[in-house]
Amino acid sequence: MACFAVPAVEAIVVTASYFAVKKREMKLEMPKNTVNGVLAAENSSKIKLSTKISWLMAMLWGGVLLLAFEHFWHGEIVPFPPFLSAMSNPEDTAEMLHEMATVGVSMAIFVTAVWGVVCAAASALYKKTLLRKAEVQD
Amino acid sequence: MTLLITAIAATVSTILWFTHSQNDKYRLGTLSLIYWGASLMWFIDFVFEYAELKSEYFNQEFADILNDSILGVTVVLIGAVAWLIYNFVKHPEKLFKTK
Repeated sequence: MACFAVPAVEAIVVTASYFAVKKREMKLEMPKNTVNGVLAAENSSKIKLSTKISWLMAMLWGGVLLLAFEHFWHGEIVPFPPFLSAMSNPEDTAEMLHEMATVGVSMAIFVTAVWGVVCAAASALYKKTLLRKAEVQD
Repeated sequence: MTLLITAIAATVSTILWFTHSQNDKYRLGTLSLIYWGASLMWFIDFVFEYAELKSEYFNQEFADILNDSILGVTVVLIGAVAWLIYNFVKHPEKLFKTK
């Protein structure tokens, strides 16, 4: 009914934190932007936090966009106020809130959990690749 | 069917991203993340519906399957359009030829 609203709220929070983290990273990198002519970003020994957050952002916004269209397709979202057809009577509204609390929250947790696993795997693989590169150079 | 079609799109876009990862100028990774995000959300939707309907979930009318399939294809198209807009916004210089 409106289960995508929960990941949408998470997406807004994640986007805000992405910009905050990105700003902080740029501030920290500014003085050491070039070390011996090599860009700091290229010289990094780990994946940037802002890059990882951008993955979650893409997953959340992508999912929210496509699910919102699905709800529109099924007539659960309407182009006039109150925009959600379930808001037209209290019984449907209660059902919608229940769905948001169960399905919506599960969606947000599941996507975030998968992202966490992907980040852990990516970090491990990145370190492994750097070690292999260093071994080859030696 | 919507979940299945989106999951196929996610897998295909991930394969394309992986095979072009050395020169990912079109940000195929973003496209695959869009599809994966939707697939994961629809998977949760499927789990809840399956828990409620059990095997009845798979006994759908042909009209419902067709409707879901058309929705699946449309959703994949919308994901691709969103990715194109993202690329246009990120790289507007590619829209115009420069001498």
